[in-house]
Amino acid sequence: MLLNQFLFLAAFLFATGVYGVLARKNGVLVLMSIELILNAVNLNLVAFGAFNQTVTGQIFALFVIAIAAAEVGVGLAIVLLIYRNRRSVDLTGIDALKG
Amino acid sequence: MLDNAWIIPLIPVVSFAVILLFGKRFPSKGASVGVFALLACFACSLVLAGEWIGRDKTVETLHHATAADIALAQAEVIELGGDHADEAAAEDEHAVAEDEHAESGSEEHEEAVFKRAPVVHETTWFETGGTKVKAGILIDGLSVALLVVVSTISLLVHIFSTEYMRDDRRKTHYFAALSLFTAGMFILVTSSNTLQMLFGWELMGLCSFMLIGHWWEDKENSNAALKAFFTTRTGDIGLLVGISMLFGMAGTFDIGSINGLALGAQMDQGLLTAAACALLLAVIGKSAQFPLHTWLPDAMAGPTPVSALIHAATMVVAGVFLIARMYGVFWQGFHIGAGDGYTPVALVGGVTVIIAALLAFVQADIKKVLAYSTVSQLGYMVMALGVGAWTAGVFHLFTHAFFKACLFLGAGSVAHSGSHHSFDMKKDMGGLKKHMPITYATFVIASLALAGIIPFAGFWSKDEILVGADGNGYTAFLWVGVIGAFMTAAYMTRCIYLTFHGEPRGNAAHHHPHESPWPITGPLVFLGFLSVVAGFAQAPMLGIELFADWFEPAFVSDVVTHHGFNGALAALGMAAAVLGALVSAGYYVRNLGPRGVVERNKLAHAGYAFLSNKYYLDDLYTDGVVGSLKGPIARAAYWINQNVIDGIVNGSAALALMLGRFTYDVIDQRVVDGAVNGIGVSAEGSGSALRTIQTGKVQQYAAVLFLALIVFAIALWKFTS
Repeated sequence: MLLNQFLFLAAFLFATGVYGVLARKNGVLVLMSIELILNAVNLNLVAFGAFNQTVTGQIFALFVIAIAAAEVGVGLAIVLLIYRNRRSVDLTGIDALKG
Repeated sequence: MLDNAWIIPLIPVVSFAVILLFGKRFPSKGASVGVFALLACFACSLVLAGEWIGRDKTVETLHHATAADIALAQAEVIELGGDHADEAAAEDEHAVAEDEHAESGSEEHEEAVFKRAPVVHETTWFETGGTKVKAGILIDGLSVALLVVVSTISLLVHIFSTEYMRDDRRKTHYFAALSLFTAGMFILVTSSNTLQMLFGWELMGLCSFMLIGHWWEDKENSNAALKAFFTTRTGDIGLLVGISMLFGMAGTFDIGSINGLALGAQMDQGLLTAAACALLLAVIGKSAQFPLHTWLPDAMAGPTPVSALIHAATMVVAGVFLIARMYGVFWQGFHIGAGDGYTPVALVGGVTVIIAALLAFVQADIKKVLAYSTVSQLGYMVMALGVGAWTAGVFHLFTHAFFKACLFLGAGSVAHSGSHHSFDMKKDMGGLKKHMPITYATFVIASLALAGIIPFAGFWSKDEILVGADGNGYTAFLWVGVIGAFMTAAYMTRCIYLTFHGEPRGNAAHHHPHESPWPITGPLVFLGFLSVVAGFAQAPMLGIELFADWFEPAFVSDVVTHHGFNGALAALGMAAAVLGALVSAGYYVRNLGPRGVVERNKLAHAGYAFLSNKYYLDDLYTDGVVGSLKGPIARAAYWINQNVIDGIVNGSAALALMLGRFTYDVIDQRVVDGAVNGIGVSAEGSGSALRTIQTGKVQQYAAVLFLALIVFAIALWKFTS
């Protein structure tokens, strides 16, 4: 089975996601990058599940999708409120917790 | 009703809640709720008893009746005639069968005895560690008998209280506690396992405490309540230990199983004896047996109806009930069946009979006379169970409840209407006979029953005890019983004479005594009636053995032996009672015998002082036990305080002063302050250095997070592969 190809794809997606989270300034894009990370993990889970001939991986992936949906709901709500208060979603400007 | 007997404990629980929450809104302050609830309980108990008596006999006991018993049963059928034909039908069949055998001349033939099967309904209460603890009801002869007694007395006491406590300021609480107490007693007598029994037992102890201290404004009353609570708690330790031991041995709390295992000799004998001893301690505490009887006379500080219900007829017999209920444990643990002259249970009971009866002679308070009499009669019951006369003991419980409640309520009636709330026979009573004819008549009837004069109730039950003690090989306790009967008759004669005869004294002379109204006389008349007839439930002299037939559970019938009527013993008991009454009457009424002997004779005076100080038991407990623990400890603590601690304190003060100076100069100013300032400075420096990390930028935090993750992943990879 073509396991390695899936793993490479997932690794690429994961790295892209990490780059997005760390480097992008736009809050919405950071959230989208988080989704990329989660989906990279989903891909791994499903790939390993198929490799091992079990459905456990798919079930885990389903849970991850469900929780990601909830998480993105909360995340978008936060971004929306930030936009209302500051008329901008630029993350570099948000440093109210600066020590 | 047999299957739904849980209703009976439930009614007073509901009534308790209603009185407590809404009682003050009723015009009667909640009294009517209590009376109606008890009326319902009383009706349910009677229906239950009827159904129980009508229940088919399906359990064959191990004990086989001999030809003589069958002949007796047959005689009973003939004597009772048509009235009891239904009840006797089962026996009739056996009797007919036996007749044929008797004709064929087989004297050795034995007929099986059948008893009613107990009704058990249980549900799982909780489950822990793989043990299911059940809650449920066990209805057998013993519980039916107790239910009838408790509901009857409780109903009458409720009615009595509506008048006696009419203007009491805490009437609502009084009736709520009375309801809760009744519920506790019902739970105790119907419980199918020992844990539930403990629950009912403690509930009653609590209500007893609340009701003794009902007028807690007087320090004396609240002291009495505390004394009762603590003394019975001492015994309760035994109950807890006993229940735990029995659970450890049997692996269950179920009463039927425990009795079965004990009687089947399937438990370790040594441990079983130890468990029986522990349970006996509980009995001694709750049923006021020697040497823990001292709380009961003090408990008379409570309202008189409470004394009648709790401290005469019901709660104090809980200990007797415990022996009767767990009879397998006692029977096997103490070898009651061996008949070797004495058992610990019988010894406790026998000593209590004599000791308490002696104390009743020197009391001036009418309620205390009755209280010591109760202690003495409880001794009779415990003694009866201890000598293997199960039915006699429970039967005495049954009859005693009626006549002792009657006596207490009579004393309450006297105090309510005759002596202006005084219970002092010597100061405030006398000559009340003509003012209170109904109270007088019922009091005398109940006293005759208590003294054991034929044909009143006490005669039959006391006679059963004497016969049992004699027949089972416990001759010494037969004589204890006879002496007890002599003393009972004597002190009751004294009590009646001082209260109702002679010249009026004190309040009885100055406060216009009159007869009490019907809520007081009604219960008195009813109880007086029961004091006459209750004994005929078990009168072997007339061939009636209904009480044993109805109320003796099968597991008890397996082991105990019944003895027929013994004319000589009955005559002996009667003679002792009559002699006691005559001697006492001669001394008090006819003024015979030595007068002033107590004042003149040193020995007699010492004896009197010994008795009026209650054998110095209270002094022993307060000074000996509490004092020996408290006094020396307090004195030692004081000495240590004065010499050791003060010396240490003074010495250390001087030392401290010196050290303080040194500390301030060297340690405080240089070392501590230096350290504190140093820490402050370094904290400030490191804080300002570290604050640059806290940028507040979420992406920098994320970067740190990912870096840490990478380090962690590398570490995991390196160390696991």
